Amino acid sequence: MKKFMNTSDDFLKESLQGFGAAHQDIVSVYYDPNFITRSQSTKEGKVALISGGGSGHEPMHGGLVGHGMLDAACPGFVFSSPTPDQMLAAAEKVDSGAGVLFIVKNYSGDVMNFQMASEMMQSPNESVLTNDDVAVEDSSFTTGRRGVAATVLVEKIVGSLAEHGGSLQECKSLGDKVNKNSGSMGVAFSSCTVPAAGKPTFELGFDEMEFGVGIHGEPGRRRDKIKPAQDITNELLEAIIEDLKPNSNEEMLLFINGMGGTPLTELYLVFDNAKKFLDSKNIKISRSLVGNYCTSLEMQGASITLTKLDEEIVKHWDSKVHTAAMRWGM
Amino acid sequence: MSVNFLINQAKLIQEVIDAHALEIEKLDQEIGDGDHIFNVQRGIKLVIELEPTIKELPISKALNQIAMKVLSGIGGSSGALFGTLFMTMAKGENIDEGVDYKKAIEIFSQGVEAVKQRGKADVGEKTMMDVLIPVANCLQDGIQNNRDINEILTEAVQVAEDGMLSTKDLLATKGRASFLGERAKGHIDPGARSSQLMIKTVCESVIKNRRKI
Repeated sequence: MKKFMNTSDDFLKESLQGFGAAHQDIVSVYYDPNFITRSQSTKEGKVALISGGGSGHEPMHGGLVGHGMLDAACPGFVFSSPTPDQMLAAAEKVDSGAGVLFIVKNYSGDVMNFQMASEMMQSPNESVLTNDDVAVEDSSFTTGRRGVAATVLVEKIVGSLAEHGGSLQECKSLGDKVNKNSGSMGVAFSSCTVPAAGKPTFELGFDEMEFGVGIHGEPGRRRDKIKPAQDITNELLEAIIEDLKPNSNEEMLLFINGMGGTPLTELYLVFDNAKKFLDSKNIKISRSLVGNYCTSLEMQGASITLTKLDEEIVKHWDSKVHTAAMRWGM
Repeated sequence: MSVNFLINQAKLIQEVIDAHALEIEKLDQEIGDGDHIFNVQRGIKLVIELEPTIKELPISKALNQIAMKVLSGIGGSSGALFGTLFMTMAKGENIDEGVDYKKAIEIFSQGVEAVKQRGKADVGEKTMMDVLIPVANCLQDGIQNNRDINEILTEAVQVAEDGMLSTKDLLATKGRASFLGERAKGHIDPGARSSQLMIKTVCESVIKNRRKI
């Protein structure tokens, strides 16, 4: 294992310390229990958005805390769910009285721990459960579809509505809508190594890819020999389109997400290939995002997400955002 | 059931689990990701360390502290499931006025039902529920029919063992082993093994010592 680390015990703590120090204009980091909030307290009457999950997917979720997106994020250990004490401490810090919306990826550990936090909380709260991965119905970690890269889009779009004074119920409804309008699928060219485990999560031959991989290296649809980018891109998009069933000329957001170990050069190449394929299907790409947002440590690979747009979603996608990982309009 | 009883049982469980640690780790490496035994050992250690904090507390508060400790200290799915068990037991009706065998069985069964809801797993899915659900049913049947407590507990030990062994030939549909499909067959579930050992330890210690719970 080759990683920038001193000991596996200090891995998360040192990374959080660095994150907090590098972005002290945007975030504050708290320890024992670990959580990240905006450096400025929540406006009175604004719904507070809290997300979280295992670490190792950075910038999701800590890098998405800031104006126009999350109010707090709860990082668990690498690839391990955060616990209710973290969510309760974060909620106490950021709840301004308008309620708390939890944004949770559909993995069994995350779901159970957020559910417990929700039950223990005294103040009003709701949850949006993301499950955009069209690769498999059942995976090794969960029952039902996994929540992956579209979580980033949900956090951006609902974050804007909350900033514009949306109620707890309105925020939940929009989150559910964006999730339902989104489909994702990924492919891995290499495995990844959890620091505490010290060895790769799975083995992949030098000319092989895991098609439909999850964000912790869980198996997908099948293992295959590597192919030209256009073929891989087409196959990912076909699976997503089959699930979303967009109308002809439907406007969509195309999100090419890197898994952590693939350079932007290649991600933009995938965007190009995806656009060519979608053009041929009369699907209009009117919004886009390219970069490493929902990663799996040092895994090489990418995922594609498509989201059906409407006026409300576009308005909240375009609005101002200022986080460590995403910034526009301000 | 007293706080002292809970702590003593945790200490006995620690001895038994430590003695079977290698066996459980091996089971988990075959069909899981190998961390189950460390989670269980860490959880038991944290509960035992709570002794000075909880020994003077009413049982509801003590159970609640145990729940919060395993929840945050173990983490992941295991923490949530064991946390749910103790948190539900802590909510048992009037438990601070005394917990006899009947009450203990009642709150344990309520806890198992809550764990079943939390994990959305039932008997036959190759998890610890293959031990916990039959044991809870056996204890409830026994106490409702006014049978001798030693007889009930002896039967519960057998039911736990049968449940644990039944996981060997099951296909996993929940948890990490589920993606192995047919490959998980022929292996006992590590969570079923560790919970069977815990049940056996508690039941046998109550029988042997004839002590109040």
